[in-house]
Amino acid sequence: MSVDIATVRRIAHLARIAVEDSEIEKMRTEINAILSFVEQLSEVEVEGVEPMTSVTPMVMKKRADAVTDGGIPDIIVGNAPATEDHFFLVPKVVE
Amino acid sequence: MNAPARNTRLIKGADGDWEVVIGMEVHAQVTSKSKLFSGASTEFGGAPNSHVSLVDAAMPGMLPVINEECVKQAIRTGLGLNARINLKSVFDRKNYFYPDLPQGYQISQYKSPIVGEGEVIVDLPDGESVTIGIERVHLEQDAGKSLHDQHPSMSFVDLNRSGVALMEIVSKPDLRSPDDAKAYVSKLRSILRYLGTCDGNMEEGSLRADVNVSVRKPGAPLGTRCEIKNVNSIRFIGQAIEYEARRQIDILEDGGRIDQETRLFDPGKGETRSMRSKEEAHDYRYFPDPDLLPLEFDQAYVDALKAHLPELPDEKKTRFISGFGLTPYDAGVLVGERETADFFEAVAKGRDAKIAANWVINELAGRLNKEGRDIASSPVSADQLGTILDLIGEGTISGKIAKDLFEIVWAEGGDPRAIVESRGMKQVTDLGAIEKVVDEILAGNPDKVADAKSNPKAIGWFVGQVMKSSGGKANPQAVNDLLKAKLGL
Repeated sequence: MSVDIATVRRIAHLARIAVEDSEIEKMRTEINAILSFVEQLSEVEVEGVEPMTSVTPMVMKKRADAVTDGGIPDIIVGNAPATEDHFFLVPKVVE
Repeated sequence: MNAPARNTRLIKGADGDWEVVIGMEVHAQVTSKSKLFSGASTEFGGAPNSHVSLVDAAMPGMLPVINEECVKQAIRTGLGLNARINLKSVFDRKNYFYPDLPQGYQISQYKSPIVGEGEVIVDLPDGESVTIGIERVHLEQDAGKSLHDQHPSMSFVDLNRSGVALMEIVSKPDLRSPDDAKAYVSKLRSILRYLGTCDGNMEEGSLRADVNVSVRKPGAPLGTRCEIKNVNSIRFIGQAIEYEARRQIDILEDGGRIDQETRLFDPGKGETRSMRSKEEAHDYRYFPDPDLLPLEFDQAYVDALKAHLPELPDEKKTRFISGFGLTPYDAGVLVGERETADFFEAVAKGRDAKIAANWVINELAGRLNKEGRDIASSPVSADQLGTILDLIGEGTISGKIAKDLFEIVWAEGGDPRAIVESRGMKQVTDLGAIEKVVDEILAGNPDKVADAKSNPKAIGWFVGQVMKSSGGKANPQAVNDLLKAKLGL
């Protein structure tokens, strides 16, 4: 599996990462190097093996349903470049 | 999908009939105190960003920990929809970019949902019942809320909803008309409210639907569908489908083709319009969330939840029909809301259930509707209504006076029995007193008497006169009997 320049641009756009035209080819080469490294895994015979989502032999911890957090709007918006009345302000997005 | 086309639901086109095929994704907010993966409150309407933890704001290094109650609620919901419960399910990341989604992804379930296939029996307005298949139910996080009308160039973002647990309930494309779709959502809402897993409040956004609509010639393969996003009332669901089906038929009949796309319903204009900007966002790049282990529990866990499920609308309806002798229609109306069903049962206890059903459905519900109240805030309690029915049953008041009494109790409250006593509303059963009134009226109307002898139906006029002059308090049966005897009928 390998990616072309259009795919690199698309992935960058979906991730909202600005990539200069001059960087695209270099990035494509790097991504393809990673993909071919990972591709070695396809040599392993996995017929009948259930996909594994975790390597730790434990069940997921669960919380009790109680309100134990929140009430910290100053901290929540503390790093935001623009706020008003504890709202985050972002450039207008309208459908 | 393969259910036969129901002819009554076809839409007329220029060159023959069309069938509309509808599938729905209903997003139901899980009833819980705290969020799916954080300890922040789920309460509606808090001050901006006050119900937000660092997890919900996606601060670096924060890790999600699942709320067990939300898991239980999803299982209860699955059981209420007669669905398969998956003992192992997996949370995935659904990646997209939007300002009210601070993580840059929604934690959802993609390939392995917690609930698999099930079914819902839906009663239609014409009395027919159809079974609608459920494809799956999965747990996911809600996003935050953006306000676009507060500032000329900026949008305001509030993350209070961010991370609240939602159940996405996906139907099979088994719905065939706006009425089907409306009845399906009503039934779903009723089941969720009985279960206590979602409050069903559509105004506050606790229940909202994405509606997939396509049209085809009966028997043809499925057409290309459009998805109408976020319709938030049952009436709008009907309107949106109506409009969208007609729009698609018009395009196809003009020789065009349907583009698969996401659309928005505009309630003001009653039409759907394209949301082109969202198209690219459909590349969600799902993958299992590495922060979360698979969600696992055993059958005993499910069985314990099942043992504590309340009686659901279908079972209650069956019991009302077989136990109380109600008609399927009346039973269906009464079980729609659990509170109404409970109210009815309290009134019917030890009384004539059919009369109780009549009063709850016609007098009480009619009156509540007129004033836009729900039964929980009814000014007339089940006890008071029961007493009114007892007074009718005992022959203390007539049915007509009972309606006046109901009005008094509605407006002023109080013990119906005491009101009847203090205001002299008791029915006159003293034959002597009634006879006196009957005699007066017969004597005063010799021409009508002659008329009644040749036309027995004219007796109704005399009954009316006697009732009127007794202020509605004479026992109608006694009046009738006396008149018949005196007129020789």
